[in-house]
Amino acid sequence: MPEPLTIPQLNRIASQVRRDIVRMVHSAQSGHPGGSLGCTDFMVAMYFRILKHNPNFKPDGTGEDVFFLSNGHISPVWYSVLARNKYFDLEELNTFRKINSRLQGHPATKEGLPGVRVASGSLGQGLSVAVGAALSKKLNGDNHMVYVLMGDGEQQEGQIWEATMFAAHNKVDNLIATVDYNGQQIDGPVDSINTLGNLRAKYEAFNWEVIESEGNDMNDVISSMTLAKSLAGRGKPVINLMKTEMGKGVDFMEGKHQWHGIPPNDEQLASALSQLDETLGDY
Amino acid sequence: MTKITYTEQKDTRSGFGAGLLEIGRNNKNIVGLCADLTGSLKMSDFKKEFPDRFFQVGVSEANMMGLAAGLTIGGKIPFTGTFANFSTGRVYDQIRQSIAYSNKNVKICASHAGLTLGEDGATHQILEDIGMMKMLPNMTVICPCDYNQTKAATIAISGHTGPVYLRFGRPKMPVFTKEDEPFEIGKAQILIKGTDVSVFATGHLVWQAIEAEAILAEKGISAEIINIHTIKPIDAETILTSTTKTGCAVSAEEHQINGGMGESISRVLLQHRPVPMEYVGVNDSFGESGKPMELLAKYGLSADKIVEAVENVIQRK
Repeated sequence: MPEPLTIPQLNRIASQVRRDIVRMVHSAQSGHPGGSLGCTDFMVAMYFRILKHNPNFKPDGTGEDVFFLSNGHISPVWYSVLARNKYFDLEELNTFRKINSRLQGHPATKEGLPGVRVASGSLGQGLSVAVGAALSKKLNGDNHMVYVLMGDGEQQEGQIWEATMFAAHNKVDNLIATVDYNGQQIDGPVDSINTLGNLRAKYEAFNWEVIESEGNDMNDVISSMTLAKSLAGRGKPVINLMKTEMGKGVDFMEGKHQWHGIPPNDEQLASALSQLDETLGDY
Repeated sequence: MTKITYTEQKDTRSGFGAGLLEIGRNNKNIVGLCADLTGSLKMSDFKKEFPDRFFQVGVSEANMMGLAAGLTIGGKIPFTGTFANFSTGRVYDQIRQSIAYSNKNVKICASHAGLTLGEDGATHQILEDIGMMKMLPNMTVICPCDYNQTKAATIAISGHTGPVYLRFGRPKMPVFTKEDEPFEIGKAQILIKGTDVSVFATGHLVWQAIEAEAILAEKGISAEIINIHTIKPIDAETILTSTTKTGCAVSAEEHQINGGMGESISRVLLQHRPVPMEYVGVNDSFGESGKPMELLAKYGLSADKIVEAVENVIQRK
């Protein structure tokens, strides 16, 4: 077993992943950089430290942890961490959102991209799928975990709360959900669109174990997910309400909902890359 | 061929329940999910025998479809159960993304389809489900004709990898197929041979087509009665072989004419060998409360209407 990566090592990877994200979205002139950048630290922590996973990908996920991305529009960050974990060739990141690519705008299984087990993008569905996969693991006597990441705007979907109620009632305690709580959605701040109110109290009322974290602090991401894991197996599903900043790492994108789903131009790309160290070599 | 008769009437949903129980006993990967309609879907025996493999989801059909998609990851074969209305239209996007596009091995089992749901009325009488489901890539669409065939179809789809929509109904209807008859997905069933007209029926309307054949025979018209239990993939070969012989076609289904089984048949005919065709189905209308047979009569889904359609289509040859 190799030594787990240190916080500085993870931060160096995150810088490269952020470069990958802005370069992919710039190259396609299409995609969602804001949420991708905000979730970079979390996704790096998951794929380089937390998940027990096998880059020699098996779709049925038996004998390993399984991760689902419910807010599928942040596919760039997922594709980058998968490629950087050698699920597929780094060069393939060049094909993002282009014709004949496995790297669809929103994640899909049809083209057989390693790492993806279900399509996502139409919001609100990933939590139900994750709960189903967690039930499957229990039936199989497989002690590995199921993880799912959701958006905060996505919490407005009714299906989320159907799944939340079901998971608690059925004591699905091998499931750790995380909310990317950046407070922004396409049309503006979440609180101005349709406020989530006290999200912690809502999940607690549904009988989930709730923790909170700072999603752009690698230390806190690791410690909160470690805590989440220690709370698993006790009869309740676990959720990590993870505060992030949309566009994190690129100054002109930070905190701005306008960067939910638009690509940078050439000048903006140059500015963004000047702020992000090329630590592992660009693809 | 011997005359097709029946000695008892049973509901197709009970055929589903019996089939589910049987495959549950033979394959531990079979799991059942139900959205608060366990008794109506006849899933109670499965639930009783396999409590660990049965999930009561409550009134949350969207969640049920997502759960089913997730359960396939790890090798489970989920059978979801609720009314056809809540199995399709209510959860179309969940099926589209998490099941069909993701090509998950989920069996969507839908009871109380069509008008014969009866007294609950139009809110529950879905007549658009075949159309919605057949349009989804990767989806197989099956609508068996009686209790025995629904049981056989339930068993057959458990061995088919990929998403399936299995449509059945509420009321007791004649049981006229053989108990031990194997179900072949995608293979239309010629029930009565004939030479003057091809009648393609699905689901509860197959029995109406058989009754229509007897009336037509008395009038000297020889009708070929074909059971289209699999609407997708459609059995183009059997359809064309029959219409090449008879030179005209009638479809009969408990569904909207728009987007239904009949339109799948007419596409085959138009593409390969056009012949005159008439459609027996619901003509761009919602249903209403009433008894099953009253509703079939009022909305023109009866043996008499099939006879009428046959007489019309033969004139057009």
